[in-house]
Amino acid sequence: MKGAGARRIKEFIIRYVFLCLAMVSIFILAMIVVFLVKESLPIFKSVSVKDFLFGEYWYPTDEDNPAFGIKPMIIASVIVTIMSSMLAIPLGVLSAVYVSEVAGRRIKEIAKPVIELLASLPSVVIGFFGMVVVAPFLQETFDIPTGLNIFNASVMLAFMAVPTISSISEDAIHSVRRELREASLALGATQWETISRVVLPASLSGIATAVILGMSRAIGETMVVLMVAGGAAAVPESIFDSARPMPASIAAEMAEAPFQSEHYYALFATGLVLFALTFTFNIIADYISHKYRQTGTATL
Amino acid sequence: MIKINAKRLMSLFIVLFFTFSVSPAFAGNLVIKGSTTVLPIAQAAAEQFMMKNPGVNISVSGGGSGNGVKAIIDGTTDIADSSRFLKDKEVKLAMQKGVYPVPHRVALDCVVPVVHPSNAVKDISIEQLMGIYTGKIKNWKEVGGADKVIVVISRDTSSGTYEVWEDKVLKGGRVTPKALLQASNGAVAQAVAKNKYAIGYVGIGYVNEDVKALTVNKIKASAGTALNGSFPVSRGLFMFTQGWPEGDTLSFINFVVSPEGQKIVAKEGYVPLY
Repeated sequence: MKGAGARRIKEFIIRYVFLCLAMVSIFILAMIVVFLVKESLPIFKSVSVKDFLFGEYWYPTDEDNPAFGIKPMIIASVIVTIMSSMLAIPLGVLSAVYVSEVAGRRIKEIAKPVIELLASLPSVVIGFFGMVVVAPFLQETFDIPTGLNIFNASVMLAFMAVPTISSISEDAIHSVRRELREASLALGATQWETISRVVLPASLSGIATAVILGMSRAIGETMVVLMVAGGAAAVPESIFDSARPMPASIAAEMAEAPFQSEHYYALFATGLVLFALTFTFNIIADYISHKYRQTGTATL
Repeated sequence: MIKINAKRLMSLFIVLFFTFSVSPAFAGNLVIKGSTTVLPIAQAAAEQFMMKNPGVNISVSGGGSGNGVKAIIDGTTDIADSSRFLKDKEVKLAMQKGVYPVPHRVALDCVVPVVHPSNAVKDISIEQLMGIYTGKIKNWKEVGGADKVIVVISRDTSSGTYEVWEDKVLKGGRVTPKALLQASNGAVAQAVAKNKYAIGYVGIGYVNEDVKALTVNKIKASAGTALNGSFPVSRGLFMFTQGWPEGDTLSFINFVVSPEGQKIVAKEGYVPLY
């Protein structure tokens, strides 16, 4: 009896230790959000929300007439994210399908870790590669004024998103139950028909989550866009124009913005907009993965 | 067991307490931070100074002129490196806090317009530079080059180098939003070296064989032209102290402006004071 009581107390303590640890991380996250909001609100005393979000000009250090419009940055972030997704989604999902469904065991054993290894490339290395190798190549090949542009940044970001998308999709595809595949093949479907009509629909929620997590990685990525996107604070007119996505703007200017100046608040507000975007992405990912979860064979 | 642990914990706290409570002005410890332009000078000077004075420990970090000045006003550093003089706002803030930052000019810096080595343009006037950077001049043929679009490369608006450029070249005008932004001198030099149609500006210490420095109003950027003031885009580099320096801070500043310190300045690619 005594032993059982001690065990119960131990169980109780362990339970609350874990609860506390979980609470600490949630608390820290909440404090960061509170801090972000607190440090960004003062800018709206001098600039209206509309002028901030839709203003065309960004001259934060102008002594007499500063301008705080982040429209070019928002557009740059959105375009770069969409373009990199257009490259990364087919690459990531199809390579996941190949590795999981088509490839033989030997190829699979090499391909899977290599794709995942891509994720461990530091973003500054990818950025440097884009700056020193890809940019001059683009400029020579297409005879454009600069190789540091939206296209280059999108390709580099796609590099970074492919491993994320691929490995999460691969897990989703892998977890489709064996009897589904075997039933499909037993009914006389070819391998392609099985993949496209059974396996992919069954793993759709996992793939959608993978895609959105990949996109939110691309939109929040800083180093690559700082080095490769060129940094022009103008609304881009073509994919070969240079642009300045939001993270690049914050990273380039925060270090020297005077503490609690308008410039400082404006950069925090930019961070808040960025956070709102990535947060939305993650909520959508969460929603999709719950709503379209494949629970049995009946919903196919 | 528990008692031993508690004691250990206690001693750990005591050690931590003393580590963090040591003020930057503590004898034998110097903290230097600020401008990345002055950083190479401060770094090399600190190394030599520490070799000569083994009792002194100097920690040098960057962070930008603005952060350096901020730190000297807050008293979290002994010496603030800055590639510009104080701004009005900073003077006011210092006055409010009852702090008197004292400037020590330690070197001169030229900000030099650079282009790709294959560019035919050799000389440019301040007015032309202004036209290019405000977006009025868009093609190299307007300044005597090939019929190609000018790719304008600028620095982030809060850097000291940008401030000098804004002050001496733009004269209150605004940089065209189409200008590319790079976050450091090195990145500008790199971007210009990789782009035939680009123009950028860097501190004279960052001019290398991969880029071509333009003469401004026919004057070549050099130690001589910066010192006699004839090169139009040059500036002083400062180390600020809180009040008149004393002790190790004073000896360090004296070392930097001594002939030996000025040799370091020249070696790092800046213009020595004499």
